[in-house]
Amino acid sequence: MTTITAKNQAHDASGGHPPMNWARMFTVARTDLKQLAQSRDFWLPMSILGGFFFVIVPAILLLTITKIGDVEVVSRMSQTLEVLPQSAQEQLRGNSPEGQTGYALAVFLFAPMAVVVPLTISTAVGAATIVGEREKGTGEFLAHSPAGTREIYLGKLIASLIPGYLTTIVGFGAYSVIVNLTVGPEVGGWFFPTAQWWIMILWVLPPFLAICLSLVLRLSAKVRSTAAAQQASGLVSLPLIMIAYSQSTGVLFGAGKMGIYVGAIAWVVALVSLHRGVRSVTRSRLLGVAAGI
Amino acid sequence: MVNVVGVSRWFGDVQALTNLTLEVPKGKVTVLLGPNGAGKTTAIRVITGALAANEGHTEVFGLNPATADGEEVRSRCGVVSAKPSLYDRLSGFDNLRYAAELYELGRGAKADERIREAAAMFAIDASLDLQVGGYSTGMKTRLALARAVLHKPDLLLLDEPTSGLDPESGAAVLELIQAMAADGRTVLMCTHLLMEAEGLADHIVVMEHGTSLLSGAPDQLASRYWPSPIVSLSTERGDDLDAVANHEGVLSFSRSRTTARLELDTIDRVPELVSRLSSAGARVTTVAPFQPTLEDLYFAVRRHNGAADDEKIETTPDMKATSFAAGTSR
Repeated sequence: MTTITAKNQAHDASGGHPPMNWARMFTVARTDLKQLAQSRDFWLPMSILGGFFFVIVPAILLLTITKIGDVEVVSRMSQTLEVLPQSAQEQLRGNSPEGQTGYALAVFLFAPMAVVVPLTISTAVGAATIVGEREKGTGEFLAHSPAGTREIYLGKLIASLIPGYLTTIVGFGAYSVIVNLTVGPEVGGWFFPTAQWWIMILWVLPPFLAICLSLVLRLSAKVRSTAAAQQASGLVSLPLIMIAYSQSTGVLFGAGKMGIYVGAIAWVVALVSLHRGVRSVTRSRLLGVAAGI
Repeated sequence: MVNVVGVSRWFGDVQALTNLTLEVPKGKVTVLLGPNGAGKTTAIRVITGALAANEGHTEVFGLNPATADGEEVRSRCGVVSAKPSLYDRLSGFDNLRYAAELYELGRGAKADERIREAAAMFAIDASLDLQVGGYSTGMKTRLALARAVLHKPDLLLLDEPTSGLDPESGAAVLELIQAMAADGRTVLMCTHLLMEAEGLADHIVVMEHGTSLLSGAPDQLASRYWPSPIVSLSTERGDDLDAVANHEGVLSFSRSRTTARLELDTIDRVPELVSRLSSAGARVTTVAPFQPTLEDLYFAVRRHNGAADDEKIETTPDMKATSFAAGTSR
């Protein structure tokens, strides 16, 4: 008979990790996503948020500039183009003020929304994910299940990341169509997405989402209630959103490899943050008996 | 199957388990009996490895659940916690499928068949397509039980499985547990309701303040606290009973109005006593051998350990009725 003394050891029964079971991780992610899909009070605001930022606001502004031809608005917007960096000004296309203004708005000035929307949605999902298990009592089921804490953490990270990123991809598609239909004729045809936008959406945005979620999930594991998690997540994610905002603008303004470098640095930070974040999910936290909960 | 030796677990200043030692024999129903806050739930959590002990040894299936072996331990355990721990937004079927995938039963027709089979065991199969948020408490408990047996666990851990159920549903759940035990499964059940454990337990562990006061088979424990046979005798006039107070073989005698409680050297004395009373002109109305219930045992243990504190223990009208019927008092 083997007996092992646990004196003054692990307060959480993670006690070493068996090999990662990817199937279990995807099961956790899939089940969380299924619950979100069943939750109208989640996906309806999410759709409205995405629709507002990616479709309604751009459509109104771009149509105002390119089709209605309000001289005063175009004139004011044209003046603002002068404050753009030289590298950005060199990229402007179109011969008319309407065309140049529309191009600048579409390519440079709407960039932040591609960051703000997914970060906002994913933060909202991520904040509730672990503390939510505890509040609903389902953390007890997960704590007694064979699922490892890494599998639970990463599964929940994926489930939080997908809604935000998916909204962005769908919104980005709709935005591309609107931009090409409204501004395209003024600048000689369909031009969007530009190379910098592709880099931002596929290379820069995902690590920023991962960094944000790694912090939010850590909070979700440690706080007492979903309301507290939402509050704390807002505080944590706001500076990150601002950083992402400025970096994404820089990526679009900058020429050449700027976006690649920003994305690479963000990936490194994201991987470190994720690695450290794994430790935040413990069985005692799922049960709600860890110190401080 | 389960050996817990000298386990202590504390949460800050709160001592949840104190030097707890218990054993769960294979193929038996073991009942952890104790008032609320006795440490029963924490004991279950330590056994599955959901919580690590601060001190002591825990061994389940020969493995230490607080190490990397915990995954194997948990995959061979089925747990029903005091709250059903179900996902309200998912259907009953999706709840079971989630468990099936986590316990590596896979996806597909075979897993689906097993899900329906487990649900049918607890008569919840007809409601599998409904969202669990709309289930009654009894339905949730049945679904939680179906989820616990889905992967055919070697060890079932049930933490107050009838909590919140009406008496009819509670009795049905206990019947199902009995059926599982008859099927050869090892069951560890926590309860503070003595009636619940009655007739179900092969092995009892009485817990209080995070430690076990005693453990063993109910018969063994009863003979430890009541080594001599006890009989209740009633007559129409209580005074008549005093005629047998000093009869040969009567080890102790106590009377309350028309009923006397006699501790005898052997049960064979009963005909002699009845004959003696009759010959003295007494009209005997009742002769009842005292069979200690789990409740009697429980309070005897607690009295013996100086822990009896009636206010701490939740009793039900049924329990009081049992106590009265058995002719005992606390």
